[in-house]
Order: sequence, then C-alpha cells, then structure tokens
Amino acid sequence: MALLTDRKSLREYDVIIVGSGAGGGMMGMLLSLNGVKVLMLEAGRNYDPVKETPMFHTPEQAPLRGKATPDRSFGHYDATVGGGWQVPGEPYGDKPGTQEDFWWWRPRMLGGRTNHWGRISLRFGDYDFKPRSRDGLGFDWPITYNELAPYYDKTEMMIGVYGSNEGLENTPDSPPGVLQAPPKPRAGEMLAKKHCRGLGIPVIPIHRAVLSERMDGTALAAKLFPNNPLARKLVAADMSARAACFWATDCGRGCSIRANFQSTTVLLPPALASGNLDIITDAMVREVLTDANGKATGVHYVDKLTRVDSIAKAKVVILSASTCETARILLNSKTALFPNGLANRSGQVGKNLTDSVGSWLGAHIPSMESLPPYNEDGAGGNHVYTPWWNYKTQEKLGFARGYHIEIGGGRGMPGMSSLGILNATSPGIYGKKLKEEARRYYGASMGFAGRGEMIPNEHCYCEIDPDRVDQWGIPILRFHWKWSDHEINQATHMQNTFADIIHAMGGKATPRPGREALNKPGEIIHEAGTARMGSDAKDSVVNSFGQTWDVKNLFLMDASVLPSNPDKNLTLTVMALAWRSADYLLAEMKSGNL
Amino acid sequence: MNDSNVSRRDLFKLIAAASATGALVPTHLAAAPPPLTRNFKNILSDPDYSNPAAPWDKPLVETELATLAVLVDLILPADDLSPAASAIGVHDFLNEWAGAPYPDNRADCEILRGGLAWLNTHAFQRHGKSFTALDAAQQTAILDSICDPAKSAPELAIGTRFFTKLRMLALGGYYSHSSTWKSLGYVGNAPIAGPYPGVPAEVIKILGLEGEI
Repeated sequence: MALLTDRKSLREYDVIIVGSGAGGGMMGMLLSLNGVKVLMLEAGRNYDPVKETPMFHTPEQAPLRGKATPDRSFGHYDATVGGGWQVPGEPYGDKPGTQEDFWWWRPRMLGGRTNHWGRISLRFGDYDFKPRSRDGLGFDWPITYNELAPYYDKTEMMIGVYGSNEGLENTPDSPPGVLQAPPKPRAGEMLAKKHCRGLGIPVIPIHRAVLSERMDGTALAAKLFPNNPLARKLVAADMSARAACFWATDCGRGCSIRANFQSTTVLLPPALASGNLDIITDAMVREVLTDANGKATGVHYVDKLTRVDSIAKAKVVILSASTCETARILLNSKTALFPNGLANRSGQVGKNLTDSVGSWLGAHIPSMESLPPYNEDGAGGNHVYTPWWNYKTQEKLGFARGYHIEIGGGRGMPGMSSLGILNATSPGIYGKKLKEEARRYYGASMGFAGRGEMIPNEHCYCEIDPDRVDQWGIPILRFHWKWSDHEINQATHMQNTFADIIHAMGGKATPRPGREALNKPGEIIHEAGTARMGSDAKDSVVNSFGQTWDVKNLFLMDASVLPSNPDKNLTLTVMALAWRSADYLLAEMKSGNL
Repeated sequence: MNDSNVSRRDLFKLIAAASATGALVPTHLAAAPPPLTRNFKNILSDPDYSNPAAPWDKPLVETELATLAVLVDLILPADDLSPAASAIGVHDFLNEWAGAPYPDNRADCEILRGGLAWLNTHAFQRHGKSFTALDAAQQTAILDSICDPAKSAPELAIGTRFFTKLRMLALGGYYSHSSTWKSLGYVGNAPIAGPYPGVPAEVIKILGLEGEI
C-alpha cells in the first residue's frame, strides 16, 4: 500500500479533509471514489499497519515486558504513535476552577485513533436520537434512527462487523446478511452469561468491527456502489484482499492482515487507488481560511517537518480532526466576520463536551482455577457484552441514562501484572509452591467495565487558553469539567451490579462509591459534542449533514457533531453520519450549491 | 494528566539513541545531517519494534545482579515444566526495570537496591558472609523470616518489604516471558484457521456450562 507523503499537491482541490481517522477516512474514501479531488491533511506521521504492526511480538521483546508506562499508556505494542494522553510539544491545560483534570488522547499517525480502538460497533437506537423527548435532558438529534439506519447498514457492510440480532429494546438489529457471525464465547464469558441470567441481566454477542470470515468483495461492493463502476471495482478488490481474523493478537496493536477495521486498512487503500486522494502527513492545521464573504477557501497548516507555514486551498473544507481538535481549529479561526471563532455564532463551539462514564470491578473466580488450558485469545477483544437492560425502571434509578457492560478476563497473554492476584492469595509462598500457585490462579479472574452515557452539562467544555501556544505556535485548549449526579449515581449502580455478578459467579468483590470508581474525564476516549448538530442555527453549530450553519462550504465530520453521547461507542455512528453527509455533499456539489 | 517523567538527561540519551550515528558528535566534525523523516522521533512514544532495546541505563552492578540471580531462582526454581528464573534472565530484566525513568520504577529501584544491600548485611551479621556465599539452608532460613508480611518480625521490616516487592516483580518478569507460557497454561499467540473453536467440552463440563451456547 503506497501512501503519498511527499509535498507535491495540486494548486486547488475540490475538498480538503483535516484528519484521517473514522470520519475523515470515510469521507475521503466516498468522495474520492466519486471523482472528487481530495486533499487530506494529517497531523501525525505516515503509518503502514501492514508493515508496522507487532502482531506476534511477545512481552520479553519489549522494554519493561511491554507494560503500560506514562509514555505508552496502553503498553508498548499499542497502535498509538507519537501521542497518548500527552503529545510531546503539544500541551493542553485545565481551566482554573475545574473539578477534574480532563485527559485528552491524541495519536499522531495516519488513521488516528482507528488504529488502536476496541472495535466495538454498536448502533445507537431510537431512544438515543431523541433523549430530550424522553427525559427532558440534553438535546434531541435533528434526525431519527430510521434516517441513519441505511447508513449503518452500509457502514457495517463496508468495514465488516461481527455480531447477532437479538431484538432487544433500543439495541437495533441489522438487516439479514449485514453482520458476520460472532465468534463463540470464551469460558468466563459463558460463566458470566449463566450467572447473569438469574440477575435478569442479558449477555449477548457484542458487535465488533472484526472479520470473522472473509468478505465477498464483489457481492458487497455491488450492493454498496450499484451505480459506480470505479468504486465497485476498487472496493471489491480491496475487500477481497482482507483476511479473516486468525484468532490471535490483541486488536489494540492494529492488524497487519487487515482483519479488523482501521481507517488505514479499510478506507484509505481504495481511496488512494482511485487516484483522487492526496495525503499530506505531518501537517498540523492551525485554522480554516475564509474570504471576505465568509466562505471557506482552505486551511492554514504548519508543515511539521520543516516548520514552514503553508496554505492549501479547496472549494469545500471538512474538519475531521477529532472532537476537541476540531473545536480548537474553529475557535482559532477568528476573523472580523467571525470574532468568536469560525461557525460559532451560536456560541456552542467547545461546549457540551462529554465522555463515556467508565468504571471497572474485577475479581478472582474460584471455579475458574486450574482449568485445562485452551486458546482464549479469540477475536482480540470482547465476544459478548451486556446492553443496557433497565429502560423500564430507569426513572427509579437516580440517573437518567444507561450503560453497557464489557466482560473480560480469563487466559489472556500473560504480562507483568497477570499474576498480581498472588500478592493477596498466596502471601509468604516462594519456590516450587509459588509456581503451583501461579498455575492455579492464572486465568481465574474476570472483570466488568461499564461504559455509560453522560449527559452534556454547562460545566464541561473546552476553550482556547489565552496565554499558551504549542510548539507550532498554535493556541492550545484548556478544559473545564464537573460530573453531575447522573454520572456519579450511574457509576455507583455499575459497581453494585458488577459486585452482584461477581458474587453470583462465586467471587468476592467490594463495590466502590461511584464518585470514587469513576474513570477520569477523557480516560474512556469517547469525547463528543463540542460542535453539536441541531435543527436551529441559534443553538447548534451544524445541521444534520455536518454542514456548519454559518459557513455553507465548511463541514464537520467527527464526534464533535454528536448531540448526545450514548453508551454505544461512537466510531460506527461517526462513519454512518459521514456516509450520509457524503451523499448530501456530493449532491450539493453537483447542483452547484457550494 | 499523565506527564512523562523522562528527564532532560534521559531525553538527550533518547535522541542520541535514535540518531543514525548513535552518538552526539561536535557539529564541525559531523557530516551533513540525514534528511529529516520525522518531526520528533521519541523512541518511547514512537517505538521501533525491530530494535526494542530499552533506552536507559541498567543501574545494578555485577555483585548486585549475582545476588538477584540467586534470589529469583529461590523464588522461581526450575521444575519439570519450566526453567529457573535466572535461566531466562529475570535478574537482568529486573535491572532494566530498576533503571526505567518512570516514578514506579524509581521507587522500585530504591527498594531493590537497598534491599539487596540489606540482605547482604543481614547475612553478614548472622553468618559472617554475604548472602550468595551462604548454603541453601541458610539462605532459605533468611527468606523464611522475611517472606510473609503478616508473620515477619518488625525489625526485619525492610527485608520483608524488599522480598514482597521482589517476589511480585520476579513473578511478573518470569511469566511474561514466552518460554514459561506453556507451563502456565497460556497456549495462545498462535493463529487458528477457520471459525474460532470456542470452549472445549472438558472445560464446559467442569464449569457446568452445558447448554449455555
């Protein structure tokens, strides 16, 4: 796979896309396959997952056995380049008075966060698009589930998602033939399912963007692009070249056989093959440029390799830089016409920032001790999960929105802390007896991670720090945060539920109070909402197509546009929205409206 | 926030390690610099998987390492299923661990280095010899006195803290080495063709999961 990284580029493009992750990658692919000349600017370096992924590398081949460090937050082999919660030379800050320090995750690589994400791909449901209508909190979307459903179908067929249709409330099914078969559950997952039944908690196959079987590229491309011969040909060829999962290596490392979804393995290859996409990496966008009429004309970026300021021009600009970076670019794009930042006449840019509510509880499960070994690596991530199951009793719970449960544990690749439990179970033991204890306890732990919906509140936002710039001279963001009782009570409910499940499975665990158990804001890396879509220019930044109300040829296409942040991880929805926007954008370009 | 604890000194070392020459040379003697391919090559945040050496010094010296080798073998000796800890370099790994620039590692380094010295002093006070010169029964007797925080004497607290830390680090270093995995019961990291096979019938039966699929 050849990726363009030299500096040659056209004088003017049809479209500039800032960012190469889920939203930017999907937009870039769809536009370039339709003959649109696209320039993609990526702040990170070029990255080739086929060559760079450490697929079978073992811990002893890595510093510190590959464990997480402040430089490698998810461990040495995580597919995050040049970043994490800190990017050297690109700081961010906390606004004085904030209750919590926000953690902002940024990679600096082609494909962005799609290279390392959990691949959990859950459709938002009917309720998730109209939350305010249901409970009076947050914001309704300007569209319904049914309007986005066809694009969920297409996105799932395009990227490849395993899962099942269970017909559960607000947990949409996919049409027949869209999902691939889910992998069989592991022992601990089956055990959890058995004991959750008695608690009235469902455990079903999770949906993840991993190929459990090879794709029939020809058939799928014909469904996705019936009237576009170029797209059919390129997508069919590329899909058919992807391998099915071989049930080894953690998806967080990326995937050199392209069995899981990354922008770099699924979206960018056919886009580049079209000849219509140019990519410049190491290009840090500073601001969107506008003319005297308030129309976007291009972007101003810093070439990180030379530290030279540069300009790229296009008829349409799309920001897919990530929720907070997109807000930052808009807020830094100040002109006389847009004194509060571009596309910010509503004052909503940077506001309504949310992240998923997270908390975790795990324990030793005695019945799983000393089991006969078998290969539990599986799909490099979850096989099952629990969707939110308390819609009927929500009003009595003390928090307005739900969470899902990610179930993990068992016989994963041993790392530095895999036997940490022996500190408690086997004090004072050393010698051959210690090795017996290790064999007994290894793999006999299960953990439960809650991922819940946070409701936007006025205390959670990002803004430009008036006093600081990064190493590229670009003003940086600072964050303000305060959890509401909805999140705190939800985390308490998570902890109590996890303890109930663990007790039912025969383990022991002490739930913590929600306030204590909550992950840090930003730690779950599901930021959303800083440029939300709406039906009215007065209180929203973009329409349902991601088109900014104030600048017609400026589109936002990442999680910044999401009016709500349901418990269902954002990436799939970002891509479905991008597909819907691409259709709209192509039609608008064709009719000359832009 | 999660600030890196890499010091300025370490950072210079990283840059040197990452450069083509591997050494900083006076500018007037240096050839023209190679073309810049990355804006900032930090081998900690952008690792080179084909060259995985840890970019920091290993602080422990030969005598300390010799003592560590004896200790990790007492903690994790060879048996029929897997080798002795020193045979797969767990003591060397602990040296890498002790040198890392992160707060946890720095704290562990203090405990390890001080603990090794404490152990030798303790052996000297009891037997007039360093720990490695003791016979196996004498070594075991000392470890028995410091291995269990709930039972060890208060005056041995430093030794107990050392052994508690060393035992867990040795366990982690030992079983994260792929040569021990089979003995532990980890049989993954190997590709499987076709659909994922799921849980063997034997395990289903032990856990009482018949009919759960």
